[in-house]
Amino acid sequence: MKTVNNKAWLMVLPAILLVGLSAIIPLMTVVNYSVQDTFGNNEFFWVGTEWFQEMLHSQRFQNALQRTLLFSTLILVIEIPLGIGIALAMPKRGIGVSVCLVLMALPLLIPWNVVGTIWQVFARIDIGLLGHGLASLGVDYNYTQNSFDAWATIVLMDVWHWTSLVVLLCYSGLVAIPEVYYQAARIDGASRWAVFRYIQLPKIKRVLLIAVLLRFMDSFMIYTEPFVVTGGGPGNATTFLSIDLVQMAVGQFDLGPAAAMSLIYFLIILLLCWVFYTVMTVSDQNASSNRGRIG
Amino acid sequence: MATIELQAIAHRYDSERDAAIGDVANPFAVNTLDQCWPDGGAYALLGPSGCGKTTLLNIISGLLRPTAGSVLFDGVDVTARSPEQRNIAQVFQFPVVYETLTVADNLAFPLKNRGLPKLDIDSRVASVLTMLGLQEKANLKARDLSVDDKQKISLGRGLVRTDVNAILFDEPLTVIDPHLKWQLRTELKKIHQQFQHTMIYVTHDQTEALTFADRVIVMHEGSIMQVGTPQELFEKPQHTFVGRFIGSPGMNVIPCIVDGATAIVGEHRISLHASLGSDFKSSGLQNTELGIRPEYVRLRQEQGLPATITAIEDVGKHVVVRVVVAGHELKAILREGEPIPQQPKVWFEPGKINLYQNDHLIQAAE
Repeated sequence: MKTVNNKAWLMVLPAILLVGLSAIIPLMTVVNYSVQDTFGNNEFFWVGTEWFQEMLHSQRFQNALQRTLLFSTLILVIEIPLGIGIALAMPKRGIGVSVCLVLMALPLLIPWNVVGTIWQVFARIDIGLLGHGLASLGVDYNYTQNSFDAWATIVLMDVWHWTSLVVLLCYSGLVAIPEVYYQAARIDGASRWAVFRYIQLPKIKRVLLIAVLLRFMDSFMIYTEPFVVTGGGPGNATTFLSIDLVQMAVGQFDLGPAAAMSLIYFLIILLLCWVFYTVMTVSDQNASSNRGRIG
Repeated sequence: MATIELQAIAHRYDSERDAAIGDVANPFAVNTLDQCWPDGGAYALLGPSGCGKTTLLNIISGLLRPTAGSVLFDGVDVTARSPEQRNIAQVFQFPVVYETLTVADNLAFPLKNRGLPKLDIDSRVASVLTMLGLQEKANLKARDLSVDDKQKISLGRGLVRTDVNAILFDEPLTVIDPHLKWQLRTELKKIHQQFQHTMIYVTHDQTEALTFADRVIVMHEGSIMQVGTPQELFEKPQHTFVGRFIGSPGMNVIPCIVDGATAIVGEHRISLHASLGSDFKSSGLQNTELGIRPEYVRLRQEQGLPATITAIEDVGKHVVVRVVVAGHELKAILREGEPIPQQPKVWFEPGKINLYQNDHLIQAAE
């Protein structure tokens, strides 16, 4: 007879309890709501997948999803190259390093709603530095009226807030490259681009993957800042999935549809992260089959 | 290929940028020195860690701009030129490969950077792949290779260029497994014999230096101590440092008083093969030392300096015996199976004694 040491279960019990209380049980209540309907009095009716079908066919949901996808795409397209660029330009030694790192870390330390408030004031056309400045220059800027201005403001705010994260991650990858790689590249006569493409990029690929995933997830779930700055307006122009969800669940108290939406939202994030991860890791392995493409 | 000449080269690390490449503790990494290395030779820069040999190598390759002096390739001053313009190949201690590229693309990299036509590149790459025995791995990604294959690739990136002036090696075998070290060194030697590139090899391992190079440059604390063939370094070290550094174990160096053709150690007289010139006598021989290789120290039953054995180390093919003679420790190498006397007398093979004054050679062995 093989003896099994069941004490091990005792050891993992706290973790199971913690995860159960904090994640699994709340998630299950959401699942529960998503397949039922209620008219109050704590009476529930089984509706099956009706809420999911309704949600997927709803124009309101699709619009919010498109807005959120567009926002995440813009954020990745702007912040990733910009972050790499700044990291490459940062000094590797000397007093400049600490100065740059502190400056870079500052935006990351500010709470979301404070960032929102800062930009809300910053962009106001009556008193804000940006808004009033642009207005006095004759630029027709008004983020509370014009959808494009509202988008520009929110994207700019996110770039200001989060590019630092990409910079810091890339920088940590860059400083880990031994000096000898650059020496070998000089001897091989490599151009600046070739050094980036064949030495720096492969070395920061892993941290870059983390940066892309973090920035995607955060931007896809963005709530506080646009809520504070535009409140989802003008009209529905900046109503992202998260804002829409809160309006539905808290504003209208439609628990069933809101629960169904939450699950769909969650699954989309999970799916897209998996796609990003797979694409970036698989492309890494396949690069060896593409011969004869240098610099 | 080129003759490499160093004129009054000196270097110190003081700027921040340079400090990252080398050691900051020693202000002068390389003291003023002149050297000329004729075209097509195999040279080794040998010395303990921190002696400035890598600094000197980086000055030759152009990775480092010397504080003073100039570097000449075939009589042309290249001090201000970049490594690329100097047409130098360099192999580093840790294998540098472009990890995401295939083996073949790694070898093609320096050629593509120089804009060679594709046909030329393909034929050069193919011949270097054959030379290094990497044909079957040509389409593998470089990062999936073993460390010795990676080191071959970084050597290959130098060999692939036909116009290369010199190939420099910075302790290239340090991270390689011992049994592969020997094999790679042999291949390197073969490549040198075949193509006659000027090769400069930096190492702290005397076996590597002595087997690889026709001429070995021994460095210590930023200065060149001796330049010579492996034979000369062994028989006639110009400086006690060279004597101690070369050989395993190194040369025995013991203080002595010189009187004509006799060296006096304690109360014992040892006859030298020739008398020192009278000019030495008149200047008063102070700080004189006698140097003898352990290979030439004999332990006998009678006739010689009385000695006490302190340790016997059997290293396989021979035995190292440590003895104390007149208060000085000496090492003797005995062949395996040679009897060790109970009350040994130490005897030096005649004509194998070097004499030093203030660490510099004043009378060489025959």
